[in-house]
Amino acid sequence: MKLLEGIVIVDFSQFLSGPSASLRLADLGARVIKIEKPRTGDICRQLYVSEIKLEGESTIFHTINRNKESFTADLKDEGDREVILKLISQADVVMHNFRPGVMEKLGLGYETIKSDYPQIIYAEISGYGDSGPWEKLPGQDLLLQSLTGLPHLNGNRNQPPTPMGVSVVDILAGTHLAQGILAALFRKDQTGEGALIHVSMLESSLDFQFEVYTTFLNDGEELPQRSSQNHAHAYVAAPYGVYQTADGFLILAMGNIQVLKDLLECPGLAPYQDPGKWFALRDEIKRILAAHLLTETTAYWLGILEPADIWCAEVLDFEKLMEEEGYQVLEMEMITKTSNGSEIKTTRCPIRINGEFLLSKKGAPFLGEHNDAISKEFNLK
Amino acid sequence: MTENNKKGTYNPPLKGVVVLEFCQYLSGPSAGLRLADLGARVIKIENPNKGDLCRILPIKNQWVGGDSLLFHTINRNKESYTANLKSQEELDGIKNLIKKADVLIHNFRPGVMAKLGLGFDEVNKINPRLVFAEISGYGNSGPWAKKPGQDLLVQAMTGLMYASGDKDNAPTPFGLAIGDILCGLQMVQGIIAALIYRNRSGKGVKIELSLFESLLDFQFESLTTFFVSGKKPSRSAVNNAHPLLGAPYGIYECLEGHIAIAMVPIENLQETIACPGLDNYTQEMVFTHRDEIKALIADHLKSRKADYWLTLLREKGLWVMDLKDWKRMRAEEGYQKMQLEQDVNLDNGRTITTTRCPILIDKNRLLSSKSAPLLGKDTDRIKVEFKLKNLQS
Repeated sequence: MKLLEGIVIVDFSQFLSGPSASLRLADLGARVIKIEKPRTGDICRQLYVSEIKLEGESTIFHTINRNKESFTADLKDEGDREVILKLISQADVVMHNFRPGVMEKLGLGYETIKSDYPQIIYAEISGYGDSGPWEKLPGQDLLLQSLTGLPHLNGNRNQPPTPMGVSVVDILAGTHLAQGILAALFRKDQTGEGALIHVSMLESSLDFQFEVYTTFLNDGEELPQRSSQNHAHAYVAAPYGVYQTADGFLILAMGNIQVLKDLLECPGLAPYQDPGKWFALRDEIKRILAAHLLTETTAYWLGILEPADIWCAEVLDFEKLMEEEGYQVLEMEMITKTSNGSEIKTTRCPIRINGEFLLSKKGAPFLGEHNDAISKEFNLK
Repeated sequence: MTENNKKGTYNPPLKGVVVLEFCQYLSGPSAGLRLADLGARVIKIENPNKGDLCRILPIKNQWVGGDSLLFHTINRNKESYTANLKSQEELDGIKNLIKKADVLIHNFRPGVMAKLGLGFDEVNKINPRLVFAEISGYGNSGPWAKKPGQDLLVQAMTGLMYASGDKDNAPTPFGLAIGDILCGLQMVQGIIAALIYRNRSGKGVKIELSLFESLLDFQFESLTTFFVSGKKPSRSAVNNAHPLLGAPYGIYECLEGHIAIAMVPIENLQETIACPGLDNYTQEMVFTHRDEIKALIADHLKSRKADYWLTLLREKGLWVMDLKDWKRMRAEEGYQKMQLEQDVNLDNGRTITTTRCPILIDKNRLLSSKSAPLLGKDTDRIKVEFKLKNLQS
């Protein structure tokens, strides 16, 4: 089911943040046309990770840009710019993630577009916002993680500050941008208004931390302290953490230490009666638990804890995960196919509509693959 | 067009949308918060005894009156309506409220709403235009359907703990509830898309998400790479920052402070920092010799302060940043210029400071000084306003 049927998005964005937003909108039913630079295109096409390629292009590019079309244009060429403006005149949304000022220089800034097409929804992602001294710095995930303190929340206290190993700020900024675009589309249907939607990675990273950062803002600026061992969250009491067992790892979420003492037959926990101290004494408690849990296998412990409704789980890697029935029944995998038949297995959109998965077999476009069709359809030449 | 709009002032995009939030803790309530900041009217439906259990879940023992600061952070800008859903009369009141609502969100375990007579099929009969949104831990079927949908469990089970930390470290979780937060955000996407469809077609929609699927989606790059290569992502032994990225990607300790180096070509890095031994490596080797290269760089960067390297690398336009903590970040002009904080006014005259919605619309920062509601604060007013007593179904 296509919730966004008929909505046309002209997408100038590259890499991950913007393209992940348009991927979501495509899966929800919008038509996404990537505008790419002739010859090179989205730089992500050549951004190889772990040396994995598909048809000479990065598999990551193919993952992020499936279910889209590609139209090439040299934005510095006046003729091409006119063509793009003609396309925009027939679109609902324009989006980009260039650094501030770039689109303006190309004559494609919001004010220019708006003066001709006041109903346009113009959406942009920046690194550091619409003004200020950081405006021109590169908006890259690890740099934003470092700027906003995220690495101080992960890993044990004796370990170095530990960044989150997924491009979390990019993904969140893209998610926020898609929210803003959708809200603006909803408003446009009511009032006819267009909109300028702006999301910065800086704001997205702070929003991600809103619970713990608000604590910091209201407790006299006390910085977060990671657990010295079995760390999982700087603000949550023992036993919350990852524990090694005789044959793997398990996690314990929030739980009652005295209940755990009895279930696990761990008498060392007896002195910790007062729940009010399970945060302050979290390192001691975790040390005792950690030594105890090392003595038996993960299955042994889960066999005791799960029937007692303790919040716990085995730590899985991708291989083990895929063997689990709980994973398989969700049918998260789908195969996409490029126009020349290359297949790639990837994950589907996580949102279900009226009980149905949102699946699309359409692979990522080759550079300029849809130039002719789009020119014709939108009468661009 | 509204009055506001004619004057050229900001017109909240979701103005007029009524959302009923049958949610607790973080995933659902964070979705409600975003919808509220985008202009919707969000009414929490709470149990009259204790309400959302997040009210009594403090972090660092911080309280705002009888409720936790955490609850206040997640539930500002909302109203609270209490109802005992096991009482037929109060349930009828809720059904009448559902008739007039646009969206219903819940994050009960699978089956609970249906048992109350508030599953999608039932409420769709009461209000065929309603958008019904459901958050679960692991979906509604399969062996994990009844498992608690708690963030750390889902992080553990989706393989996410093998993304962060170095190769020799234990599996390393994200120190924030990424599953709850992402799932809540995706629910907002689903809900607004469904509202657009609803307005165009007149038909209500059911949206489902689970924390588990959200965290798999979150790892779509790594999972796809795994599907294609058959090789599990491997954390770097030295300063891991992303298993899929080659040297020098990582955070490096300096003589004083740390510096983050993103995608920087080895040759450019070498020209700038003159790292002994690094000229034996080329760009083709950033994956195959990732750890060796990073170890060399790590050794070399320890010889000077972070500020020194930062200046040097930035002059060349390379992608670097010094590592800050919140205090240092907050002291920066770049932070202050962005007006990233807002004050929320409490009933007792106190204010708390929190962050604001990260989405700017028509250059407006979406601010709201309205605090989280006391339990049941708006029940009577809502009963009168929506005429819940006179409209027994």
